[in-house]
Amino acid sequence: MAKGWVRVGVGSFFTSRLDEAIGWARKYSIFQYPFVTACCGMEYMATACSHYDIDRFGAGLPRFSPRQADVLFVVGTISHKMAPVLKRIYDQMTEPKWVVAFGVCTCTGGFYDNYATVQGIDTIIPVDVYIPGCPPRPESVIDGLMKLQEKIATGAQRF
Amino acid sequence: MDGEAILGALQARFGGALAETHAHRGDHTALVERGALLDVLRHCRDDGALGFDMLADLTAVDYSKFPGREDGPRFEVVYHLLSVPHNHRLRVKVRVSEDDPVVPTASGLWPIADWFEREVWDMFGLRFAGHPNPKRLLLYEEFVGHPLRKDYPINRRQPLIGPKI
Repeated sequence: MAKGWVRVGVGSFFTSRLDEAIGWARKYSIFQYPFVTACCGMEYMATACSHYDIDRFGAGLPRFSPRQADVLFVVGTISHKMAPVLKRIYDQMTEPKWVVAFGVCTCTGGFYDNYATVQGIDTIIPVDVYIPGCPPRPESVIDGLMKLQEKIATGAQRF
Repeated sequence: MDGEAILGALQARFGGALAETHAHRGDHTALVERGALLDVLRHCRDDGALGFDMLADLTAVDYSKFPGREDGPRFEVVYHLLSVPHNHRLRVKVRVSEDDPVVPTASGLWPIADWFEREVWDMFGLRFAGHPNPKRLLLYEEFVGHPLRKDYPINRRQPLIGPKI
């Protein structure tokens, strides 16, 4: 090979652990499934639009099939009647998968301390990141998204 | 017809079956004995001068913690009638005790009463005799209790339902 066309020696290669390489790839290719049931959806849309540009985090492409999604965004109040649907959606997602509880209703039930509302979705499915707020500002959502990226990148990778 | 005339017409026809009538801020109400309820409702629908062709609402009230009403019959079922051609309204109420919480169904008169009555059963636990499909409407079958009763604890937890929960 002609010298100058391909660099050889220092800087021509790097070493990594396979886990780190996969984690790096996964954290920048988040396909989200937005499970939107209530008013938090407006703030989710604000976050997803161009002004806040979550494409910077590789999360710009929502998939509306759970089988194509990596992260389940649960956005809005979950009632007892909706709980089986949410559980089924989660079961349909393929591994690896993560769950974000978006808004205080999904975190704890919020102020709906009543007969109709599930008191936090972690009573149904495991949750990786909680984003409190009623609804959370886009800045909080992006903060939660970055925490999720960190968790994806540093966790053990199964493949 | 104005409200007074409607109440007068019902009074003239049913007399003693109307336990009480009153008007509050232009809304006229007839309190009916349970045994005569269906006859009164049917007359309201079919009589040409009354012509209540629409059941605008059917709901219930739990008076168990209402000041001054602790001793009386616990529930009231409330019918809001509207006449579209005459543009007049009437409220019909019937008192129901806790021991015998049954009211005859109005679903044969107005089909919409089917779902209204299912909702009242759902929320208050009142039964409607003769209802074609007496199941819960909004809540699910595994739900324990009737949440709009005043003695339902506001933060009672219900069992989770669904696949493998």
